[in-house]
Amino acid sequence: MAVDLATVRRIAHLARIAISDAEAPALQGELNAILTFVEALEAVDVTGVEPMTSVTPMKLPMREDLVTDGEIEPQVLANAPLAEDGFFLVPKVVE
Amino acid sequence: METDVSDLTSLTLAEARDGLKARRFSSRELTEAHLQAMARARGLNAFVAETPEQALAMAAASDAKLAAGNAGPLEGLPIGVKDLYATKGFHTQACSHILDGFKPPYESTVTAHLWRDGAVMLGKLNMDEFAMGSSNETSYYGPVASPWLPPNWSGDKARAALAGDKRGLLIPGGSSGGSAAAVAARLCLAATATDTGGSIRQPAAVTGTAGIKPTYGRCSRWGIVAFASSLDQAGPLARTARDCAIMLTSMAGYDPKDSTCVDRPVPDYEAAIGASIKGLTIGIPREYRLDGMNPEIEALWRRGAEWLKAAGAKVVDVSLPNTRHALPAYYIVAPAEASSNLARYDGVRYGLREPGSDIVELYENTRAKGFGAEVRRRLMIGTYVLSAGYYDAYYVRAQKIRTLIKRDFETVFADGVDAILTPATPSPAFGIGEKSSEDPVEMYLNDVFTVTVNMAGLPGLVAAAGKSAEGLPLGLQLIGRPFDEETLFSLGHAIEESAGRAPFPEPWWE
Repeated sequence: MAVDLATVRRIAHLARIAISDAEAPALQGELNAILTFVEALEAVDVTGVEPMTSVTPMKLPMREDLVTDGEIEPQVLANAPLAEDGFFLVPKVVE
Repeated sequence: METDVSDLTSLTLAEARDGLKARRFSSRELTEAHLQAMARARGLNAFVAETPEQALAMAAASDAKLAAGNAGPLEGLPIGVKDLYATKGFHTQACSHILDGFKPPYESTVTAHLWRDGAVMLGKLNMDEFAMGSSNETSYYGPVASPWLPPNWSGDKARAALAGDKRGLLIPGGSSGGSAAAVAARLCLAATATDTGGSIRQPAAVTGTAGIKPTYGRCSRWGIVAFASSLDQAGPLARTARDCAIMLTSMAGYDPKDSTCVDRPVPDYEAAIGASIKGLTIGIPREYRLDGMNPEIEALWRRGAEWLKAAGAKVVDVSLPNTRHALPAYYIVAPAEASSNLARYDGVRYGLREPGSDIVELYENTRAKGFGAEVRRRLMIGTYVLSAGYYDAYYVRAQKIRTLIKRDFETVFADGVDAILTPATPSPAFGIGEKSSEDPVEMYLNDVFTVTVNMAGLPGLVAAAGKSAEGLPLGLQLIGRPFDEETLFSLGHAIEESAGRAPFPEPWWE
């Protein structure tokens, strides 16, 4: 399964990565090299095989449903490129 | 305190620990010797952030504890930390532009364990961006040069390359290239590293150091920047199997903050060093004998098997029929998980922010500028294989193949094999800039011997096992049963004993 240029642009948008028209053909070549490499897997017989969900046979541990931290607003915002009045700042999203 | 300070960087972690306990030198002297070596080796680019003030403060606290007789197991020992580990208040950027300026307000569990036991932090180590790479060339901070000279290069030629773009100097492996280079160049006694597809073991092999990727779940992943959560595991990189055992004893252990971290006691791994390997059964998997294999690697592998046989182990041929599917399946699973994990880098909460006219443009511009070419490529592959219509064909199929790979190992272990011996890398270190970026798969093939271990969640150790004809370090890999790191330490030590301790690289970079 090879990807065309339109698909490359669609994937880039889904991945939220801006790409220029000039970059797209090179990316197409690289992605197709990887897809060709993984193509061999199509020939493997996986009938009746369970997909792996956990590599170690263990049950997910449960914990008490309790608040264990909080009240750390300054720490949460400390690394934000733009913050004001206890909020992260983003471009206007609601008209 | 009669010890010549210039010798302090030539000690193993175990020797330094014993020297501190016997008060032959202080942690301050030991730490200063390493800080000076780091300053003289800046050209190698192994450290992306040096923390000398923190190091000296920790050393002073350790000297007080050593004097008071309440020293921890790693008291006063200076180590380096891969940039992937969150260190409270210090540079933690996964060597990516997108995490510019990020200083976590928390400490990773594994580094917290190391500081609890008395270790001293020298600084943060270079690595491939988000641990995606096998040569440390994808770092935003530039490549790391291996302390090993390329064959037939003079020190003058190498110093000139070091001052320029480093092309032609040797890669230290990746993604934990800074960790491997720093340990091999005697800039730190040991280092933390991480391994998603071979990122501890491949650098250890090409720099003549030792490294172990423990069983999945042995170390907490909490506070380590996530790449592929079902494959990522923390581990040490050090001079010897013994030093790795000492480090892992402190690094491992239960952590309720990582739901995949296993609640089982941590043995004293060092006790496995020197244990007899008589009667152990070692498997040699025939599928690892690849077409067109480097004859030096094949000879080394055979020699390793003979060493273990001479030490009393039984060597048998085994079959792991799904081996060849591991690398392609990895390049579906790992990018898929990465595309999910790295969705958090959006220019809003931390790191780089590139303005846009609306929020989607802000995300797209930030991620285009903040991620390097290899990371962008993998995120796009991951997004594609998880997208509607392709999920079953790629991702689910790869997870089924993972089941088959794990089953192969289980069958071999059930047949009475205690550990498996394989090559660690397809070749010795290559040159910086030597592998083209047009075909990413060429670089991926470096992990062909290591990636199966991550896919099956098993422990894998690499020990230095000799040199190529051109004098470059080579390593061998031992794969063990789940949570049987101890057998790997015993076997790794036996290989080191047979191979003999190689001299350090000459400090041509100074």
